[in-house]
Amino acid sequence: MTQMKKIPVCLLASILFLLPVKSIPSTDSGEVREFIQTYLAETAQRKFMWLTGDKKQVSSQILSHSYYKIRVPYWQAENANRSRTAKTAWVLEEIGKEKLITIGVVIEEQKIQAVRILKFRESRGWEVKLPSFTQQFKGSQLNDKNQLTQTVDGISGATLSVRAVTHIARLALYLQSTLPNP
Amino acid sequence: MKSKKIPFLISTLFASQTVMAISDADISELRQQVTALAQQVEDSQTSSPTTTSIGGYGELHYNNLTTSQTGKADSTKKEIDFHRFVLFFGHEFNDKIRFFSEFEVEHALVKDTADGTNGGEVEVEQAYVEFDLSNQHNAKAGMIIVPVGIINETHEPPTFYGVERNPVEKVILPTTWWNGGLMLNGRSRSGFSYDLMISEGLYANDGYSIRTGRQKTSQAKANDLAYTGRLKYTGVPGLELAATARYESDLSQGTLASKASATLLETHVIYSVDRFTLKGLYAQWDISGSAAKAANANQSSGYYIEPSYKLTGQWGIFGRYNHWQTVSGSANTETQTDVGVNYWPHPDVVFKADFQWHSQGNIKTNGFNLGVGYQF
Repeated sequence: MTQMKKIPVCLLASILFLLPVKSIPSTDSGEVREFIQTYLAETAQRKFMWLTGDKKQVSSQILSHSYYKIRVPYWQAENANRSRTAKTAWVLEEIGKEKLITIGVVIEEQKIQAVRILKFRESRGWEVKLPSFTQQFKGSQLNDKNQLTQTVDGISGATLSVRAVTHIARLALYLQSTLPNP
Repeated sequence: MKSKKIPFLISTLFASQTVMAISDADISELRQQVTALAQQVEDSQTSSPTTTSIGGYGELHYNNLTTSQTGKADSTKKEIDFHRFVLFFGHEFNDKIRFFSEFEVEHALVKDTADGTNGGEVEVEQAYVEFDLSNQHNAKAGMIIVPVGIINETHEPPTFYGVERNPVEKVILPTTWWNGGLMLNGRSRSGFSYDLMISEGLYANDGYSIRTGRQKTSQAKANDLAYTGRLKYTGVPGLELAATARYESDLSQGTLASKASATLLETHVIYSVDRFTLKGLYAQWDISGSAAKAANANQSSGYYIEPSYKLTGQWGIFGRYNHWQTVSGSANTETQTDVGVNYWPHPDVVFKADFQWHSQGNIKTNGFNLGVGYQF
């Protein structure tokens, strides 16, 4: 019996010793590249939007705090004209409970086409990564009060992560709307 | 007149060309400088939230309860208690390895007394390192919250109804329950997830007392380990189905002649649709050994059901019926009904009020509770 008890302990200990310890850079990481390639062409161009003036103020209202960076990256197809009608992909970050969640949002025709969790670092709330959750954002737009036009059902035990993803979906839609009309 | 205009035009032309040349060079260099500056500012801004993080929660309670028993005078408990003050500290070593911890002071004060009795506790409830094995698998090593129940892992005051935590999870599970050990987690895109844990077990020197048997990883006896497994489904937004099984090799950790192995089975459901949420939980322990049998404590069990409704984004009401027993016999069966309201002036701040009616045999404890809680 004592010998049997040791087997699962040794198994777990062996797995822990075999863990990879190499770091993956979080900026422009493989997750981000794969996300952009999935929804735009491989040649999509990265651009930056500076959060100044009204953009800074409205972003703070949506998040209930200032955004963590002074500019945010977004991607458009190589031949796109920086206008709001072009398909864009945004990579934004928000803290759920303690740590940043990296979230990708694809917008076309002022509607969310896709939301994907690119990096989840929290100890709880991983369920926001599930397609059954992120699909709820598809087709959602922003109303006059900068709220989503579609209801998003929450996840028990993941309230803060759900809130973070919802805030970022609203922020991406707002930033997209500030791009110039063609 | 003409002679004056020509030099003026020539000088203007030269001046404009100089301005154009300087502007192009300057703008190009300025762009590079601004980009470099922005990158540096962003790097310095993001280094804090992505590496070391601080959070916390706390709750203040006011209890006003009266206990009545046939043939005895009523007794009243009127008490204000800063029940929990908790700080989280976390650190991300890299994208695959991170640390979590929870440091707690209970009842606001810990005082050294000659007889060892005092009002509070200082304890580390969590302190573990988490490793990403892949996108779907993690491993944890350290002091880890046991994967069981609803409130054991998620217990920040704004996340639940009622001033005090529900008695079934407190007495039967017993929450908050953490162990030193190793854990593996896995999850699928369909919404299924699992947890497997090997850890310290309970140590009940009487062979059956569950709640007082928590060793809290403080020089914990590890002669007989515990094995925990949980399966959870969250594939439909608003729905959580989970079941946990735990095997304790020997609650007495080898100190009793009759081995007291024990098995915990727990299952729960949470379903939220629009503003309505229903929670239900059932848990039971089966304890072997002559000591548990002699004390009629070889089986303890309990359940609760809790419907709640969000009237607005800030107001919610709930009701909860709890039923449990740790010792066999109808006189030992306990029930408690709670009804109350939560008010969130901010999503992370909550005010609570509830009435409770508790019954154990002919002993009744009724009254109301008020509370304020926060998380950040």
